[in-house]
Amino acid sequence: MPIQPTFTRRALMAGAAALSLLAAAPASAEEPIKLGLVAALSGQSAKSGEAITRGIELALDKINGAGGVLGRSLELVSRDDESNPGKGLVAARELVQREEVAALIGGLDTPVSMAIVPYMNDAKVPFVGPWAAGTPITMNGAEENYVFRVSAVDEYVDEAITEYLVTKYGAERPGMILINNPWGESNEAGLTKALAKRGMEHAGIEKFENNDVDVVPQLTRLKENGADSLFLVANVAPSAQVVKSLDRMGWDVPIASHWGPAGGRFTELAGASGEKVHFIQTFLFTDAAHPLFAALQEKYPEIETLADVTPATGIANAYDATLLLAAAIEKAGSTEGPAIREAMYQISGVEGVIKTYDMPFTPEDQDALGPEDYVFSQFVEGEIVPLMD
Amino acid sequence: MTLLFAALLTGLGLGAMYGLIALGFQITHSVCSRVNFAQGSMVMLGSVLGYVLTQRAGLPVILAYPLALLGCAAMGVIVEFCLIRPFAIRGNDGWLMATVAGGILLDNAVLFTFGNEPRSLPSPLVETSWQILGTGVYPQQVLIPLVAIAVAFALQMLFRRTRQGRALLAVVQNPEAARLMGINTTVMISGSFALSSMLAGAAGLLIAPLFSVHSDMGTLFGIKAFAVAILGGMTSAWGVMIAGFLYGLVEALVTTFLGSSYTYIVVFALLIAVLAIKPSGLFGAAKLRKV
Repeated sequence: MPIQPTFTRRALMAGAAALSLLAAAPASAEEPIKLGLVAALSGQSAKSGEAITRGIELALDKINGAGGVLGRSLELVSRDDESNPGKGLVAARELVQREEVAALIGGLDTPVSMAIVPYMNDAKVPFVGPWAAGTPITMNGAEENYVFRVSAVDEYVDEAITEYLVTKYGAERPGMILINNPWGESNEAGLTKALAKRGMEHAGIEKFENNDVDVVPQLTRLKENGADSLFLVANVAPSAQVVKSLDRMGWDVPIASHWGPAGGRFTELAGASGEKVHFIQTFLFTDAAHPLFAALQEKYPEIETLADVTPATGIANAYDATLLLAAAIEKAGSTEGPAIREAMYQISGVEGVIKTYDMPFTPEDQDALGPEDYVFSQFVEGEIVPLMD
Repeated sequence: MTLLFAALLTGLGLGAMYGLIALGFQITHSVCSRVNFAQGSMVMLGSVLGYVLTQRAGLPVILAYPLALLGCAAMGVIVEFCLIRPFAIRGNDGWLMATVAGGILLDNAVLFTFGNEPRSLPSPLVETSWQILGTGVYPQQVLIPLVAIAVAFALQMLFRRTRQGRALLAVVQNPEAARLMGINTTVMISGSFALSSMLAGAAGLLIAPLFSVHSDMGTLFGIKAFAVAILGGMTSAWGVMIAGFLYGLVEALVTTFLGSSYTYIVVFALLIAVLAIKPSGLFGAAKLRKV
């Protein structure tokens, strides 16, 4: 005898009733407004995704604790891009079309953000970057630009580190040692521009790979070409290989770097000489009494010391980006993309952790942070500290 | 002069690394005509085990490093048993993809357990560098070629002078006859993979202090070492070792004199050119085809 399915009519009716209830539930005013996040949540850069998530969560706690936005609470929906541009684009599409997020926040990787930018401009949904620094992300040439950023920008960073080498060390002929990827290229353009502006020449542009062990040949070329200082652009592990190679050569030279070294245990990897690398940050915790640090510790008990939140930059940028988005949605009085974009140009008096934002965006400059917001810093005993002049 | 000397130092150090890893390809290829494409991951495993045993478990190096090498050997046995043998007994070439997949699997397993942050394995041999002719060299960099040459020499002795080595050679020459003569070919093949992974692990322990320990540190080494093994001809340990030094030197010289943008273009173009002229590699004996 065949076994009958154990569905009873009553169970079926109950199920149908429940389903119809779900379907009929009106989009009530209490339904949360969704913010999307597409960032690297796994793989080598997972720590960056974690920092961004923490920044957003802290901001959401603050906003929702104060009654939310437009009388509704804000909710975060995250997707992992695995640092892969294709996966990032698919995730962005899914968040916009299926989850109907009011705005999207991005991650660490410039190539991923570059893949998402054209789609967001087409879909007319604001996209805010709290990390990736590639210049063309915000300067993307779109007529109606929906891409904003609360982070460093390569072109501004290059200008700032050039100024730093010139004024602090009297550099006349800096050499470039850059990672061989689009991020390195973006900075090659920015640094060349910054040097040309000053009528200076470089001592050479050398590239190296993420997994290169020995960078001595490249550095020896720069040295023989008369480099009196170095620009360094790479993530934490490859930056450490540059420092180790310099150590081995016995070449003590001023180094101004993009923020790559901040992404991990730089001085453990590079040795004591890692402290000689001076790099930019948009934000630093200078003492454990900072209210945002206290909030972090309370929410994430695994954070014990300041050394556990390197880099603080990602947390602070994401925190401020979320506050700015919330302010824009409130100002727009709507969750429609074009209205939020218009409101982004009008927000004022938003008290972030990096600074208070008064009219941070204009259609000509969609970056909230500029060179004046950068802090030069270095590692001292495993912690990132601001450089004292 | 400084440029040339710096290039030679870099080339010899890295070349010895490539050679050491490539020896692992050569050994298993000689014994059973198959290789472990996860060889790069074995380099990583050696470093990671070395790091975990010394830095986290606090074992002394003299105990930790042999244990790390044993771990690599065990992994080599597992790779052969799970990823190669099931395909080999059916005469199927699936092991090619299976070992590649195994490497990716291992890298990701380490990523989840060891963590995604690169760590540093300290060594007293990288604390100060010796300054010579306007550049510097770490004692560790001198150690790598010494170990590599010693290993190549030891392998040669193993194959020529010991009972087990001769048994391995017998398996190479005629597996069927070897089996009939009472040589356990299964154990021999398994042993060759253990030895091969151990060499990669040793390379990992040697390079780690000059590099950083992370889950994908071995990938590029694995690819370059395979190129070296092919270049060396896969038949003699010395051939592979010399090919390793050649590869390292050419790589460093091209980077130094033409610039880093040209390194891969020139090195791999040269590799293709050499293989076009000498298909069995620089030092490989051309295989006799019996008709």
